[in-house]
Amino acid sequence: MAVLSPTTSTPERTGPSHRPSSGPPKRVGFSQRLGRWDVKVSPYLYISPFFVLFALTGLFPLLYTAYVSVHEWNLLGGQGEFIGLENYLAVLDQPVFWRSLVNTLSIFLLSSVPQVVLALGIAALLDQNLRAATFWRMGVLVPYIVAPVAVSMIFGRMFADQYGFINAMLGLVGLDPVGWHSDRFASHVAIATIVNYRWTGYNALIFLAAMQAVPRELYEAAVIDGAGRVRQFFSVTVPQIRATIIFVVITSTIGGLQIFDEVRMYDAAGLGGPSKNWMTTVLYLYDVAWGNQKNFGRAAAVAWILFVLILAIGMVNFFVTRRISTSGPSGPKVSRRRTKELLANARAAAAAGSATGSRVPPSARPGPDRPAGPTPPPSRRTPGENR
Amino acid sequence: MRSSTRPASRTRRLVATTAGVASIALALTACGSGSENEEGGKDKAGSDEKITLTVATFNNFGYTDELLAKYKDTHPNVTIEHVTAARSEDARTNLTTKLAAGGEGLADIEAIEVDWLPELKEYPDLFEDLADPALEGRWLDWKVEQATAGGKLIGYGTDIGPEAICYRADLFEAAGLPSDREKVAELLGGENATWEDYFNVGKEFVAESDSAWFDGAVPTYQGMINQVTDAYEDPSSGDAKDLTSNTVVKDIYDQVVAASVDDELSAGLEQWSDDWTAGFQKDAFATMLCPAWMTGPIEERSGGIDGWDVADVFPGGGGNWGGAFLTVPASGDNTEAAKELAAWLTDPEQQIAAFESAGTFPSQVDAQASEQVQSFTNGFFNDAPVGQIFSTRAQAIEGAPFKGKHYFSVHQTVQDALLRVDVAKQQDGETAWGGALKDFAALGL
Repeated sequence: MAVLSPTTSTPERTGPSHRPSSGPPKRVGFSQRLGRWDVKVSPYLYISPFFVLFALTGLFPLLYTAYVSVHEWNLLGGQGEFIGLENYLAVLDQPVFWRSLVNTLSIFLLSSVPQVVLALGIAALLDQNLRAATFWRMGVLVPYIVAPVAVSMIFGRMFADQYGFINAMLGLVGLDPVGWHSDRFASHVAIATIVNYRWTGYNALIFLAAMQAVPRELYEAAVIDGAGRVRQFFSVTVPQIRATIIFVVITSTIGGLQIFDEVRMYDAAGLGGPSKNWMTTVLYLYDVAWGNQKNFGRAAAVAWILFVLILAIGMVNFFVTRRISTSGPSGPKVSRRRTKELLANARAAAAAGSATGSRVPPSARPGPDRPAGPTPPPSRRTPGENR
Repeated sequence: MRSSTRPASRTRRLVATTAGVASIALALTACGSGSENEEGGKDKAGSDEKITLTVATFNNFGYTDELLAKYKDTHPNVTIEHVTAARSEDARTNLTTKLAAGGEGLADIEAIEVDWLPELKEYPDLFEDLADPALEGRWLDWKVEQATAGGKLIGYGTDIGPEAICYRADLFEAAGLPSDREKVAELLGGENATWEDYFNVGKEFVAESDSAWFDGAVPTYQGMINQVTDAYEDPSSGDAKDLTSNTVVKDIYDQVVAASVDDELSAGLEQWSDDWTAGFQKDAFATMLCPAWMTGPIEERSGGIDGWDVADVFPGGGGNWGGAFLTVPASGDNTEAAKELAAWLTDPEQQIAAFESAGTFPSQVDAQASEQVQSFTNGFFNDAPVGQIFSTRAQAIEGAPFKGKHYFSVHQTVQDALLRVDVAKQQDGETAWGGALKDFAALGL
């Protein structure tokens, strides 16, 4: 019969000193070997459907795009000849491409940074003991559910240059109208606003879920130590949800560098404006592939350049966000030399203690360089205590 | 060792075997089917086999369900499915993407707009040859020319866009200009109207009114450039002309900039934008270059405004903007039947019905001359006899301009320059033209 490891390893654990005196060593049967493979291999088989699907729908298109990018390829005409890195060089030569990169980064910063900060704030507010809490929590998700096209239509009316709602309001107050479609920075602000409107609530709910998992005792301990709401937020909440912050920052980066819907619907022509003031890289890709040029090879090159860029910026963001302090175990805060010393002392004491039959008192606590953050209950931290 | 809660080994083995066989069978069924339906039904013209033909259009072609049901009278075995895209842009992307993918998922009849033809005519093999001697003379010559590529006729014409001038009679009156449509036609130059006449009357108008004369520099430029046969390319070779030395285009560009900005005739609006839509309600402009299909969008945006009318005049004589065709993708399953249906749909009788329903002006000679079209009036436009007006304007069209594969790339550069000057108001004419020359150089033509 197929058995799990404890049963098969029983003969080993008992060791040579306990082997019955008679007979050759017990042979490991085929079904037992099968059982061992089952344990080792079946976890991978269980997760393989996802990876198979990913290989088909994610990995293969990725590699095929690389294949397309090294050929001359027209959308309707099909595959041309192999031209190596010529497409990449041609793309890097285009001033429109660089303009689109600057636009992309600008819109990305203007949208992702306020988005994450606002989402954190909103989540912290929602985490409080509100009346009709569920209503508020569902309410922040409504902007995400509205179709992007509808959102763009409404914001289009608001941000129209001549007869838009916002310019009308500015006129009422006596300010000059803002050229939302003529000024480059203003257009970025407007697009970032449309993006933030959609995604802030979504991110807020993710943060809220993480905040709900923070143990309440920490807050109590902080209150006892005299921390106000703001101090609690920065010293308890943020470190505790560090992993979630990293996740949201990474997904915002990936999404923010690929903004397409909002910029495409921002004006009637959908090509980033007459001066390409708000053309993002994905919109440039779309124009090259499906616009007047129909140059698929070049568009594939743009796609791969963007991919590498997103990876790079994603890594940067990851390392930056990892620096948020945390309370969980991270690298050794006590030097190794000290730890070895303590362990040696403990073993010596244990040996002496087992000889004398008494329990070893806990030895000295770890050194002064404790990790920052809230103090967990002391019992978990003491080395040497016999569990 | 042997747990009392786990089933006996033999039962477990049976369950495991069954599960294994079942999952393998499931996986195999997924791989197996899917390629069986490709062989049947390639060309069964005239047979009694029941077929379904899909027709894909955009905006509103005027193909109502009643109209399509009439096809069943003569072809009882054919069921027609009509699919509409909201915007022509979406339909275009859908068509080009599916053509690029080998034709899978395309409708049996795909409607296309004339502006898409330059790129589609590069690949005439993707479409069926619809040439039919029986249909000789059905359409205007230049309409047939537009859809002919490599000796093949790849599309049957549906509607065209003969242009007239739509104007606000109430604003004209308030500015002291005649508002009756015949008088307006005379005022703008009548049969020999020129662009100069149009701009001069505009100067008179803006001196007496708060509104601008026309909606934007770009549509005005478009009307003018459409009257030039070989604006951006050499028709014989298809090569693009160098924009730096293109005096014809520069001349027209300068005229439009002078009229729009220096004489302040332009309302500075980009067509189809939110500002343009709002501009109708705010009396932003008094006239528009008006193809037959523009009457619909004007009416949509001018709720509560009574003064719109149509004058039978166009600077430069005649102009055409737009027009659609029905094509039959070569990758379809029922190309013969689809060709028959396309011929029926573009028959003068059906086109007249479509015109009555959606205002799309027929490209068929007989349809234009028909009683229904000639007597058609548009209630919103002060009961203007639009059928007559647009057919007179259609007669004045001399031919279609040559639009090769580089046309729209080059046109885009000039358009962007005009937008920078007129709408964004960021640059003056000369600087913007310099930008256009830079964009043209970047195209590498």
